[in-house]
Amino acid sequence: MAPPAEVLAVRGLSKTFPGVRALDGVDLTLHPGEVHALIGENGAGKSTLIKVLTGVHRPDAGDITFQGRPVAFSTPMEAQKAGISTIYQEVNLIPLLSVARNLFLGREPRTRLGLLDFGRMHREADEALRAHGVRVDVRQPLRTLGVGAQQMVALARAVATDARVVIMDEPTSSLEPREVETLFSVIRRLRESGIAVVYVSHRLDELYAVCETVTVLRDGRRVHHGRLADLDRLGLVSTMLGRDMGEVRSEGLTKFTGDHHAAAGEPVLQATGLTVPHRLHGVSVGIRPGEVVGLGGLLGSGRTETAKAISGALPLRSGDVVVAGAPLRGGSTPAAIRAGISLLPEDRKSEGIVPGLSVRENIALAALPRLSRFGLVSEARVDAVVDTFVRRLRIKASSPHQKVGELSGGNQQKVLLARWLAMNPKVLLLDEPTRGIDVGAKAEVQKLVDELAADGLGVLLISSDLEELIEGSDRVVVLKDGAVVGELTGDDVTEDKLMRTIAGDPPAPGAVEVAATDD
Amino acid sequence: MTETALRTAPFDKTRVLAWLQSYGVYAGVAMLLIVNTVITPHFLTAENFRTQAVQVAPVVIVALGMALVIGTEGVDLSVGAVMALAASVTALYLGYGLLPALLVVAVFAAGAGLANGALVAFVGVQPIVATLALMVGGRGIALVLLPQLQDLHNPALASLGSGAVAGIPYLILIAAALALLIAFVVRRTTFGRQLLAIGDSRPAAQLAGLPVRRVLVVVYVVCALLAAVAGVLATARLQASDPTSLGNLMELSAITAVVVGGTPLTGGRISIGGTVAGAVLIQLLTATLIKHDLPPSWTQIAQAIVIVCAVYAARGRGKR
Ligand SMILES: Nc1ncnc2c1ncn2[C@@H]1O[C@H](COP(=O)(O)OP(=O)(O)OP(=O)(O)O)[C@@H](O)[C@H]1O
Ligand SMILES: [Mg+2]
Repeated sequence: MAPPAEVLAVRGLSKTFPGVRALDGVDLTLHPGEVHALIGENGAGKSTLIKVLTGVHRPDAGDITFQGRPVAFSTPMEAQKAGISTIYQEVNLIPLLSVARNLFLGREPRTRLGLLDFGRMHREADEALRAHGVRVDVRQPLRTLGVGAQQMVALARAVATDARVVIMDEPTSSLEPREVETLFSVIRRLRESGIAVVYVSHRLDELYAVCETVTVLRDGRRVHHGRLADLDRLGLVSTMLGRDMGEVRSEGLTKFTGDHHAAAGEPVLQATGLTVPHRLHGVSVGIRPGEVVGLGGLLGSGRTETAKAISGALPLRSGDVVVAGAPLRGGSTPAAIRAGISLLPEDRKSEGIVPGLSVRENIALAALPRLSRFGLVSEARVDAVVDTFVRRLRIKASSPHQKVGELSGGNQQKVLLARWLAMNPKVLLLDEPTRGIDVGAKAEVQKLVDELAADGLGVLLISSDLEELIEGSDRVVVLKDGAVVGELTGDDVTEDKLMRTIAGDPPAPGAVEVAATDD
Repeated sequence: MTETALRTAPFDKTRVLAWLQSYGVYAGVAMLLIVNTVITPHFLTAENFRTQAVQVAPVVIVALGMALVIGTEGVDLSVGAVMALAASVTALYLGYGLLPALLVVAVFAAGAGLANGALVAFVGVQPIVATLALMVGGRGIALVLLPQLQDLHNPALASLGSGAVAGIPYLILIAAALALLIAFVVRRTTFGRQLLAIGDSRPAAQLAGLPVRRVLVVVYVVCALLAAVAGVLATARLQASDPTSLGNLMELSAITAVVVGGTPLTGGRISIGGTVAGAVLIQLLTATLIKHDLPPSWTQIAQAIVIVCAVYAARGRGKR
C-alpha cells in the first residue's frame, strides 16, 4: 500500500506530570482516510497523547507536523480551527447551554446584525442530530440529556466542523449498540472523504470492526504499531498488558463465569411500583441475595432512573423500597446507604468523583462515619481500607495522595468502585460499572461482581455492553419508556431475546413473562 | 495556526503558580518582616508585635469561619453585622453578668447562622444572596437593640479585653487556640472531610450519602459564632459597645485574608495556616504604610495589588 502523504506526524512526544511520566517519546503517523486504533491499559497515556496533540497540555519534548507544517496548538480551539477535531473522553460540553448552542459553540451562525441567529441554529442543530439518529429538543440545556445522548452531541459537533483529523477518545463508552452503529457509519463516511480518524476504545470488537491500523501504548511508551489485522485479540491484549500470550490465554479473556448463582430466600431488595413523574411508571424489581439482576433497555428507557430511585437520589411520587424486610424512607440517599444500598453512578465526572480530593479521601468518603471514632477520622483504618482496594482493583496512581481528577478515566472508575465496596453493602447498584475500564481490569471487576454475589450480595447491573449484561446477569428485567416490558430468566437470558423484548416483538411462546407494569 | 516550534523543557509556570498560591502568603509575611526590620524604627520590639497581634486577632477569628464557608464554595457577607449584633447584645445583657451575656450572644449568633445556613442548604439560595439579607438586616437589628455607642463598665469584660497571661494578651491566646481548633477540625474530623468534599463536588457528595445539608448549616452556624466571638472581644477591648461601626467591612477583610492565604473561592480546599498568615500579611502591610506616613489610599491600593496577585495565582492553577 503506497501511503499518501501523511496528514499528521508526531515524533518523540513526551509529557511528565508530577510523579508520572505519562508520555515517553511517542511517535504516531496518520494518513488521510486511515482509521487508527489507539489502545492501552488505563493510565497508559492515550488521553494524554490526545490532549498534548490538541493543545490541552503542553508537551515537554517532541514535535508535531500537521499537513506538512510544524504546529504547536496552545488551546483546543486553535487545534479545531486548524482542522483537528476532538471528542474528549470526559464530555467537554457546557451543561447549562442548550444542545444547539453546544453544537455550534465557537462557530455560531449570525444574522446580518451580528447577533446569534437562533432560528437557523436550532434548525441546523436539529437536522444534524437527526442525521445521527438522535431526537431531542435542541433548545433544552445539554445537562437534561443522558450521558449517551451527550456523547452523540459531541460526535455531531466534532464531525460538523471542517476537520482533516477527527480524534475520538472512548466515544462509545455510554452508547447503545444502535448508536454505536450510527457512529461506525459516521466513521466510514469520514474515511471515504479522506479524513483520518484516531479511535480510542477498550472494546476490542469495535476496534476490529472499524480500524485498519493500531498503536499500542504501555506506560507512556509506544510498544507496537502496525496493521490491526496482523494481530489477533489475544496478541493485542498481551501486547497491551506486556505479558506473554500463554499467560493471557491461560487466564483467558475471562469475564463473568457465566455460572448462575444460587439465589435463594427472601429478596434482599424489593422495589415495588416506583413512579417518578415523566420518568418511571410503576417499575418493580426484586433481587435475592446472591443474585445479579440485569436491567436491559435502550438509552432513556429508565434504567439509570430506576437505580437512582432505589438509592433515594430521585424523589418518588409513589412506590416503595424494602431492604432485607425493612421498608426504606424514600428520597433520602443517606438513609438508603445506611440500609445497605450502594449506587455506583453512571456520570462519574459530575456525580461520582470529588476531583480535588485525593484517591485516599475519595475511597474513604462514603465510609467515613465507620472509619471514625467520636467524629475523628482514624487514619490507620482509612489507610487499611485504601491499601486493600488500591491493590485489589489495581488502581494506578502516583500515590494515594494524588488528586482523583488527575487520574486516567478508567482509574477514576476504579476509585469509585472502591468507595462503594468499602461500604460492605447488601445491595450494589452498578450503573455502567466497567465503562472506560481496560480489558484486564474489566475482567477483574466482573470477577469481583461474581464473587460479591457468591458472598450473598444482591447486585443490580446496568450495562450498555450487551455481552456483559447477558453474561453477568442471572435474570434481566427489560425496561422501555420507564416501564417494565419483560423479564428474561434462565436460558432465555440471551442477546437475541433481549433485543426482541426491547423491540417489543411478539415473544416466542413461553419465552417472556411480562411483569405487571404501569401506574 | 501557530507555527512556533515546541519548546523543550519549558519553565513550568503552573508549578510556580501552585507554589505561590500555597506558600506565597508566608513568603510575603517573611518579606514584610525583613523589610520592616530594616526600614522601620522600633519594629523589632515586643510591644510592637503585641499591638499588631491584638489588632489582627479579631480579623483572624472571623476569617477562620469565613474559610470554612468558602471551603464549601460559599461566602458569608453577614459576619460584620453579626459582630455588631454581638456588641449590642453584650451591652444589653451585661447587667446579668458576663457569662449570661455571652450565652445570650451565642444564642443570637447561632440564630443568625441557622438563618443563613437554612437559606443556603434547604431553600437553595445562593450564599452571597442569602447572607446579604442578614448583612443588611443584622446591623439594623443591632441598632434597634442599642441605638448608639454605649460605654461598658464591667471588670470581667475589661479583663477579657486587656488581660494577659505571661505577657500574652488573652485576645491573642484565644485567636491562636481557635485557629488550632479549626485547623484540627478541617484536617482530622469526619466533619472536616465531608465539608471539603461538599465544597469540591456537591452532587458527588450527595450521592455518596454525605449529610450535605447538615454540614452546610453547621458551617454557617460556626462562622456566625466565630464572628460573635470576635465582636465580643473587640467590644471588650474598646470597653464600649459600638453597633454603628463595629465590624464594618469586616466581611471584606476576612474574605481577603482567606483568599490571599491560598484558599480558592471555588471550594474543596481550605488552608487555615494560610488564612492566619493572610490576615497577618494585610495587617503588616497596612501598619507599614501607616508608620511611614503614606495616605490611607495607598494602603487600599497595596491591598488591591495583593488580592489581584492572589487571585491570579489561584486562577493559573490546575491547568496544563
Ligand atoms: N493533569 C494530570 N496531572 C497529573 N497526572 C496526570 C494528569 N493527567 C493524566 N495524568 C496521569 O498520566 C497517566 C496517563 O493518563 P491518561 O489519562 O493519558 O491515561 P489513558 O491511557 O487515557 O487511560 P484510560 O484508559 O483510563 O482513559 C496516568 O498515570 C494519569 O494519572
Ligand atoms: Mg483516557
